[in-house]
Amino acid sequence: MTAGTFTPAPGRASMRSILKSQVRMELVLTARRSEAVVLAMGVPLLVLLGAGLTRATNVPSDDRLGYVVPGVLALTVMSTAFTGQAITTGYERSYGVLKRLGASPLTRPGLIFSKTAAILCLVALQILVLALVGVVVGWRPDLSQVVPAIGVTVLATAAYCGFALLLASLLRPETVTGGATLIYVLMLAAGGIMFAAPDLGTAGYFLLPLAAHAEALRATLTHGTAVAGSIWLSLTLWAAVGLTLAARNFRWE
Amino acid sequence: MLEAVEVQDVVVKYGEVTAVNGVSLSVPRGSILALLGNNGAGKTSLLQVCEGFRGPDAGSARVLGLDPIADHDSLMPRLGIMLQSGGVYPWATAGEILRLFASYSANPLDVDMLLDRLGLRKFAKTRFRRLSGGEQQRLSLAVALVGRPELVFLDEPTAGMDVGARQTTWELVDSLRADGVSVLLTTHLLDEAESLADHVVIMDNGVVAATGTPAELTAAAGIDLLQVRAEPGLPVTDLATRLDVRVAEEGPGEYAIAGALDTESLAEVLAWFARAGAQVTAVNTRRRTLEDVYLALTAGATR
Repeated sequence: MTAGTFTPAPGRASMRSILKSQVRMELVLTARRSEAVVLAMGVPLLVLLGAGLTRATNVPSDDRLGYVVPGVLALTVMSTAFTGQAITTGYERSYGVLKRLGASPLTRPGLIFSKTAAILCLVALQILVLALVGVVVGWRPDLSQVVPAIGVTVLATAAYCGFALLLASLLRPETVTGGATLIYVLMLAAGGIMFAAPDLGTAGYFLLPLAAHAEALRATLTHGTAVAGSIWLSLTLWAAVGLTLAARNFRWE
Repeated sequence: MLEAVEVQDVVVKYGEVTAVNGVSLSVPRGSILALLGNNGAGKTSLLQVCEGFRGPDAGSARVLGLDPIADHDSLMPRLGIMLQSGGVYPWATAGEILRLFASYSANPLDVDMLLDRLGLRKFAKTRFRRLSGGEQQRLSLAVALVGRPELVFLDEPTAGMDVGARQTTWELVDSLRADGVSVLLTTHLLDEAESLADHVVIMDNGVVAATGTPAELTAAAGIDLLQVRAEPGLPVTDLATRLDVRVAEEGPGEYAIAGALDTESLAEVLAWFARAGAQVTAVNTRRRTLEDVYLALTAGATR
């Protein structure tokens, strides 16, 4: 042993490099959890190919892919930003990871930033892959309204993240896993992804954010039309309520 | 120079329960202070205040001259924190975890060197959840040290370690002191406190029961057993009544004198043997250990 190995030389690395390695770690760990990958890619892919290419379900449109692909894109956002995020955060809280990383040079804001960045990376990646698969099997998106499509997707992501963090703060991780998966399955069934959503008119957008997001993506990407004002309002409300509740109730340990 | 840790009259409450009830202590720079006490004595709660995980309900804590909560973000890079359990991604490997924490620091230690020092090299590719309790502890210690901190908080650092790992950890903590790192550690192991610490603070039921260097604490308690070898059959009951000590002839000519013995009473005991015309052939004293001090203090406080 050489003398002075532990001689103090404290200091924080540049925030840029800290965040880079933290985001990389978040992505590596997500890729390593097989159930997260199945929920985020496997299920949407099955729905896309199953409901888009066969007559396995009744969709309220003659253009099956034009109906199903935007719905699947909305679904994959929910799987990552809500279900995956809630489960991961619940376990990280119970294992003391959030508490520990908050008490490191990463800091709490750094941890939240890294998680958000990782979620946005994943969402972008999933959408690209699924949209590409859609195009390969015959979906012909209209890109003239791609900016509002990205806008509603960011709002939906924010809303899902808010509720994911809320759930993870209030319940035990096992309960979070069960609850978040159940909500995923219910929304998959009722959210207008592979069947028509229950016909609730505009109220449906306010009750089912997934249905609102799916409808907005159908309008923009399949039909090249604008997003309905009620959908903007619904997703903005969901995001505002979700993030506010999460900020008020978030627990680090 | 400022103290590394300065705690003044800190109170920590959990609802109705008072875990820490007015504790003051200070850790001089470059020294090792051991908080010694049973489970529930309030050691971890006090540490949590110093680490900024919670504020005190009363009193104040300054760490490296800073407020652990208000100055949290500027303090963290200067601290090494080892929690009692958990705190890292269970699905990440030991190497990934240590590299992640190293990446937070401007001048981290060499990760492979640290893994070697703690005997963790062969587990570098093992996921945290697959490590044994002792291996997880060693990794947590490595995580606390990798950023080359000025001050390290170690909460029960050797809990769950086997004898070999404990020895390695002790040597490591010794080299921390040699290199000028300040250490505040908790332990319920008396030998750990005695062999590592410059200062010991014995906590019991949320208050400080005693404080001092290990030598001071044991010296204050005096000698508790004197063994004298002389002729068998001396009338020792006379000695016992005169000096208020317990005397027994444990074997032929093997006398054991127990009680609170100091220099004066020691002289009187030997004088008694001289007056009795005995030929003393051996004298042996047993110093009190920290364990005796500790047991006496904590038994008194719980009664």
